[in-house]
Amino acid sequence: MTGPPLTPVPASGPAALSPGALPLPEDEVRATLKGDAWRRLRRDPMAIVGAVLVVGFVGVALAAPLIAPYSPTETPGLGQVTPTTIPGPSSEHWLGLDNLGRDEFSRIVWGARQSLVVGVVSLLLGATVGIVLGLLAGAVGGWVDVVVMRVTDVMLAVPGLLFAIGVAALLGASLLSVMIAIAVINVPIFARLLRGSMLSVRESDYVVATRSLGISPGRVVFGHVLPNSLSPVLVQGTLTLATAIVDAAALAFLGLSGTDPAVPEWGRMLAETQRFLASAPHLAIFPGLAIVAAALGFTLLGESLREALDPKYRR
Amino acid sequence: MSAVAGQVAGPGEPGAPLLEVRDLGVSFLRRGRPPVRAVEGVSFTVEAGRTVGLVGESGSGKSVTALSIMGLLPRRGVATAGDVRLAGESLVGLPDAALREIRGRDVAMVFQDPMSSLNPVVTVGLQLTEVLRRHRGLSRPAAREAGVALLDRVGIPDSRRRMSSFPHQLSGGMRQRALLAMAVACRPRLLIADEPTTALDVTIQAQILELLAELVRDAGTALLLITHDLGVVAGVCDEVHVMYSGRIVESASRRDLFRAPRHPYTHGLLGSIPRLDTPRGTRLEAIPGSPTQVLAWERGCAFQPRCGHALDVCAERSPELVDTGRHRLRCHNPVGDPVGARS
Repeated sequence: MTGPPLTPVPASGPAALSPGALPLPEDEVRATLKGDAWRRLRRDPMAIVGAVLVVGFVGVALAAPLIAPYSPTETPGLGQVTPTTIPGPSSEHWLGLDNLGRDEFSRIVWGARQSLVVGVVSLLLGATVGIVLGLLAGAVGGWVDVVVMRVTDVMLAVPGLLFAIGVAALLGASLLSVMIAIAVINVPIFARLLRGSMLSVRESDYVVATRSLGISPGRVVFGHVLPNSLSPVLVQGTLTLATAIVDAAALAFLGLSGTDPAVPEWGRMLAETQRFLASAPHLAIFPGLAIVAAALGFTLLGESLREALDPKYRR
Repeated sequence: MSAVAGQVAGPGEPGAPLLEVRDLGVSFLRRGRPPVRAVEGVSFTVEAGRTVGLVGESGSGKSVTALSIMGLLPRRGVATAGDVRLAGESLVGLPDAALREIRGRDVAMVFQDPMSSLNPVVTVGLQLTEVLRRHRGLSRPAAREAGVALLDRVGIPDSRRRMSSFPHQLSGGMRQRALLAMAVACRPRLLIADEPTTALDVTIQAQILELLAELVRDAGTALLLITHDLGVVAGVCDEVHVMYSGRIVESASRRDLFRAPRHPYTHGLLGSIPRLDTPRGTRLEAIPGSPTQVLAWERGCAFQPRCGHALDVCAERSPELVDTGRHRLRCHNPVGDPVGARS
């Protein structure tokens, strides 16, 4: 028995990249910006590592009931746990038991689900509000722009996590308030990013050319400016998933995500077992590794995506 | 919508030229500093079916003039003066919605750089049909057919398939052809071409100019051609206006301008072009110095510091635009006059 399959690696992989593939005739290549970026992504080892981690994380989260041998509340090792001895990894319990005799591996697998939900929901919430605000600021301009940008300035002036702690504390300790808090701190980031991107695209030759043809401002914004402004937002979205997962763990560690034991949360698992750090280090190491792996996956993927989408970044 | 369309598409004042620019001035406002006067006192007309050249080096105000005619300059931070009339109807002060009706339908523009003037994430066909649907009210399939016909018209081979190409799949010449197709899609009465060939290879330049001339001839479109290339002017223009530092310094028919340039600046421009009959090894005559960035007409002639023909008066008094019969001229001491005769 080797290590536990934390991240099931797809069986194909590098073999799919045949080195001798002939270039297709020019007519056959439906080369688009996206296609171009996609080809560069597939050749980037960082992107592949990131994608494997992300696919593993999402797969584990979705298939948690199939992968986890126990439910998160079951206590199969109840008899083996004493206040001074908490058994570590064994063939029966791959990542050991926690202080209440629950299977740590199962808890981490179920925890992936929480992290994914928190990450995705807070990203969607924050990005949606941020994109709407950024679109308003970038498309309407004038005082709307000034108001939106000053508000984001104020929000960005407060350290993100501190701001999130404030929001979550205000809303009361629950998973929902953690998601809202993380969404809130991401709103100004998305708003600012989209606005800046739109401002530069708005001055581009093709937008002036489109305006010179009498196309209405609405069509110019939605048909020409916005589609060309979205790639930094896409990159930021991927990176935000990583920070959202870490932030969620931090807020949970601070006890802001509620105390329902049926909903294991990696950050909370760290917090609840820190007293046993000396006698049972596996209770700190494995949830910590899970957080790192998930965040690293999205970060690597996001950075590679940035390089693939931004021609100026190419080396 | 139709009311505005009727006004502009109608005959307007009888005898009015298609485009009349009168005393156009454009200043860019700066906070806490005097505004930059990019264009001042520019007047000219373009008659239907004629080709008029606007010539000058970078920064002389050619493109600003064009954008100002199109109403494409930002409203904030820019002060404009004078009047622009299309078929007798003033375009200055028209609301944006009315201007948008005119743009693309009555007046269209071709830009300098075909590489950056097409939206990179949208197919050529979509950008082309967008104009047709906007101004000719065509349905999607009808616009597509019309778009294919337009691409054929501008000489893009395999036009049906090119409709679904993205700009980066086309060469520079093809892109400029596609942009020309968009500009002439609604048979505008005035086409403004801002350095349409500058970014292209010489061989492609000739093709595009030929196409431009052909489109203009066939449709009776008036063409305002903005360029710094006197070779282009010699090829296609009926009349030429030479701009320097935001003002017109010499206007003449092509024939008169090339045969007998009167302004020392025009003279210098023509002298700096290599000719086939100049002996090898002869130095090309360059105009010394470079144009001043700030409009320098307050004290004397803006060209005076670079002018080999300058008199004392040139540094003291700004010359007025004077009609000399065959030329309109802004100079105290034009080439071809005995020195000092006119001061």
